[in-house]
Amino acid sequence: MGIEQKLGDMGVVTARLEDLVNWGRTRAMWPMLFGLACCAIEMMSAQAANYDMSRFGMELMRASPRQSDLMIVAGRVSRKMAPVLRRLYDQMPDPKWVVAMGDCASCGGVFNNYAIVQGVDEIVPVDVYVGGCPPRPEALIHGIMTLHEKVKLESFKDWS
Amino acid sequence: MTLEPVMEVTVNDLKHLLSERAAEGDTLLLNMGPQHPSTHGVLRLLLELDGEIIVRCIPDIGFLHTGIEKNMEAKTYVKAEVMTDRLDYLNTTGNNLVYVMAIEKLVGLDVPARAEVIRVLIVELQRIASHLVWLGTHALDLAAMSVFFYCFREREKILDILEMCGGQRMMTTYFRPGGLWRDTPVEFESAVRDFLKVFPRRIDEYEALLTKNPIFIDRTKGIGIIPKDKALEWGLTGPTLRGSGIEYDIRRAFPYAGYENYEFDVATDDGCDVYARYTVRMQEMRESLKIVQQALDNMPMGPVNSANRKFVPPPRSELGHSMEAVIHHFKLWTEGFEAPKASVYMPVESPRGELGVYLEGDGGPKPYRVHFRTPSFTNLQAVPWLAEGHYVADLVAIIGSIDIVLGDTDR
Repeated sequence: MGIEQKLGDMGVVTARLEDLVNWGRTRAMWPMLFGLACCAIEMMSAQAANYDMSRFGMELMRASPRQSDLMIVAGRVSRKMAPVLRRLYDQMPDPKWVVAMGDCASCGGVFNNYAIVQGVDEIVPVDVYVGGCPPRPEALIHGIMTLHEKVKLESFKDWS
Repeated sequence: MTLEPVMEVTVNDLKHLLSERAAEGDTLLLNMGPQHPSTHGVLRLLLELDGEIIVRCIPDIGFLHTGIEKNMEAKTYVKAEVMTDRLDYLNTTGNNLVYVMAIEKLVGLDVPARAEVIRVLIVELQRIASHLVWLGTHALDLAAMSVFFYCFREREKILDILEMCGGQRMMTTYFRPGGLWRDTPVEFESAVRDFLKVFPRRIDEYEALLTKNPIFIDRTKGIGIIPKDKALEWGLTGPTLRGSGIEYDIRRAFPYAGYENYEFDVATDDGCDVYARYTVRMQEMRESLKIVQQALDNMPMGPVNSANRKFVPPPRSELGHSMEAVIHHFKLWTEGFEAPKASVYMPVESPRGELGVYLEGDGGPKPYRVHFRTPSFTNLQAVPWLAEGHYVADLVAIIGSIDIVLGDTDR
């Protein structure tokens, strides 16, 4: 039971390098362990037993931006936090992606006021927006699946 | 938007906060947070270290300042309630409870008996859920990873019950001034009974993993000692206070929402350390189960909303044949109800301590001032003097034992 059943005794497979690399990137995308507010609790739920993001090769949350590929902005970003968030994003090595989790990170949500950045896309480029306040863990996983689909279509040029 | 650069400061700028040895370069300044897995959110701590030992610990809060209190002034009383969920996001229904009870106190609104019992039941379930997140993350910080998975497994069961009632897992806004949004669904009772059946054994499971675990005991016993008098001096509340052996619980001292009708013990421990606060919270989960059991067994039948149509919208069935109901409905959803020019303070016992709301009305449909006295903010004040003299690794245990939620601290 394994890949040899599908391949027979060929031993060699041809594929586009980009496809292979992108496939590898989607299968081991390490998110940064970076919780801001309420959504971080749902992000933890998505990691825990019931939803188990490790099914998608994403169980390894890295506390350091230097080791992570994906920033999940989980929660509201205040004006005091915004420069910190940008610095964390700058510290992540390429290729890197951002998921804006929840309404606050996507557009400010219910907090249309002086303190909250009205959408994290004002400070970092966002690949996928996940709606909800907070989004269910399923919604986050769907967002990440969507990101995987996007990554599969990327070319090397995008990151060079 | 333009970003201000991350603030860079020198030792000279911080001279008044640091020890004298810092100026000579004797000690090391280390930044912990705001992005750190063990600060439970976006707390920043500036540490002055002598080797591994903390000389000074300076907390920097406000990274999650949301302007909730100010935003609530721009909304009608009912619309502002959705903001309260997002304060302390582990105790969402508890925040709803304190806010709606403050409104009820302000305008003098009655609550039917059934609604009160359901409120208590839901809030106690939420307390267990909050303690489960605390236990999971606290154990995770102390490198006991499996507890985290077990805790979140049970927490999902509670969230399913909340979702059943309020339609949302976390931000239910299920309590409304004068009662509840709606009655509980039929499957509610069996779901809670199932939970009551399995959960006591689950607590035993957690305790089996931690209570006598030598690594856990080494990391928690004798760490972060809060003496009795100091706990009182600093205004600590909740399990942080009860872990110092002081039996003070607002549910018992100033009963609200019918807590005087339930039999439960106020969990205390004389240990004064991180371990004592752990045992208090474990005990509290068992006590909450007792309250849930009593609430479920003695659930009265009847309406879940006050019949006072000036504050509570009429049921949809009335709208078809009663002009008065239509007028009330229209008035409540466009303008909202008016509260008198007065102020109230309403405290409740949240999983973290005394959660109070000060609500001031100006005669109009919007609050003039809403202020939350949040337990995380007050309890966080203890961290600097608790951390002094400990290792950096113990600071993680201390922060965990205070159980802060930064949404609650910064508001």
